[in-house]
Amino acid sequence: MTTSFLDRYIDRQSPVHGLDGRVKLLLTLGYILALALLPPGNWLAYAACAGLLWWAISRAQLPLRTILARSIVALPFALVAVSVVFTRPGLPLFSLPLGFATLTATDAGLILFASILLKSWLSVQAALLLTATTHFFDLLAALRALHLPPILVAILSFAYRYMFVLVEEAQRLLRARDCRSATLPGQRSGGSIAWRAAVVGRMVGTLFLRSYERSERIYVAMLSRGYNGNMHTLTPRRLTPTEQGLLVVGLALLTGITTLSFFM
Amino acid sequence: MSLLLEPELTTIAPVALAVHVRNLCYRYPDGTEALHDISLQIGEGEKVALVGPNGAGKSTLLLHLNGVLRCTSGSVQIGSTTLSDATIRTIRAQVGMVFQDPDDQLFSPTVFDDVAFGPLHMGLPEAEVRQRVAWALEQVDMAGFERRMPHHLSVGQRKRIAVATVLSMHPAILALDEPSAGLDPRARRGLVELLNRLPQAMLVSTHDMRLVQEVFPRMVILAQGRIAADGPSRELLADGALLEQYGLERP
Repeated sequence: MTTSFLDRYIDRQSPVHGLDGRVKLLLTLGYILALALLPPGNWLAYAACAGLLWWAISRAQLPLRTILARSIVALPFALVAVSVVFTRPGLPLFSLPLGFATLTATDAGLILFASILLKSWLSVQAALLLTATTHFFDLLAALRALHLPPILVAILSFAYRYMFVLVEEAQRLLRARDCRSATLPGQRSGGSIAWRAAVVGRMVGTLFLRSYERSERIYVAMLSRGYNGNMHTLTPRRLTPTEQGLLVVGLALLTGITTLSFFM
Repeated sequence: MSLLLEPELTTIAPVALAVHVRNLCYRYPDGTEALHDISLQIGEGEKVALVGPNGAGKSTLLLHLNGVLRCTSGSVQIGSTTLSDATIRTIRAQVGMVFQDPDDQLFSPTVFDDVAFGPLHMGLPEAEVRQRVAWALEQVDMAGFERRMPHHLSVGQRKRIAVATVLSMHPAILALDEPSAGLDPRARRGLVELLNRLPQAMLVSTHDMRLVQEVFPRMVILAQGRIAADGPSRELLADGALLEQYGLERP
């Protein structure tokens, strides 16, 4: 596991790829915030937001279809909101008798639910656009520049660095187990479920201990190079006038859409 | 930075010492003795191999050079500075420690960040940090890898970057723990050339006797926490009985 599907697009050259991580992060956060603030059922405003995002995706030379398909994986989480269909007061549409109670769907509930689905779908697409065009370390630098506490940035950075090491270690353990999971002809193999669970449990324990010991070695390696509890980094470059302009225009546009949507 | 030996105390030509370990003893926190009465002198620019069976205390000895472990008795002197709480930070700038597993050594998301870690901690101005990173990567033939992520590199490349992460601190001494372990022949060849090219004094633990033969004029055999032999590699490597006794192979 060394690449995700997004890594395929990360080294492309496009106006969006070339933007500073801070600009992209702020615009993405602003976009998601604006979406969240839009009143339910304001389809025109949603269309405007979707149009903006898809324009950005095409500028980034990403395949829109892939992004749309990938963003659907997050929709099941939005299904949690399905209860609003039945709890929101409004015109009754249909009823589901459940024996002990009757659920009545309302038009307002249905509109709200559709809005939530649409908003979360677009938000995920925006996040995909950000991560498909921005290296993780540029995102970290952006978070740092935006004054996220350094300790959180350090934790994210270590998590990202060692996620791959940990996954490979787990894969080696699993492979070693599988290589010795043999079957003799005419012999029932595999052991009991309890025994297999115990084996997996011990593997998890081993993985934890190895990671723990590794963390000690990493800390020693950091000390050896003068670590004293503070992470030092280069100061980020200044944003170019174009990037500053884009940031202002983008955020103004999102504010405008949000404000207008309340009067429509 | 140099300590000249009294001419009458030694028969060899007076030479500035990079490392001077005197009667070092170390016990693990649980009381087992790991190193016993180690005395070792390494001249400036001298390359010394540290060999011996697993568990002999090689890594433990290396970790004393920059004060990650502190000896229970005896002393460690780097250049003209004796290691103590007050000097530990300056000593860490002088001793470049490279660990065996590059995944331990390389902990930043990009190669640049990792090589810049040491210089940034020394508080150097940014222009110099950049210049040092570029220089260090060039030394290990890895220029142009600044924005790469360590998990996308091969083990051989990661080992070279690991060396660059300490070269950028301009150390006088390199302490490397099994640098050739797990390398394919080509990567190993690259390592040999790199070690031969670097001007620093070195103490390098290894099981690779061919590496000793190719890079290190002097070798120290460590066994059960004691120095069992210390001399020219050519002579020690020719002594079959000695190698046999300490479980070593002829190159």
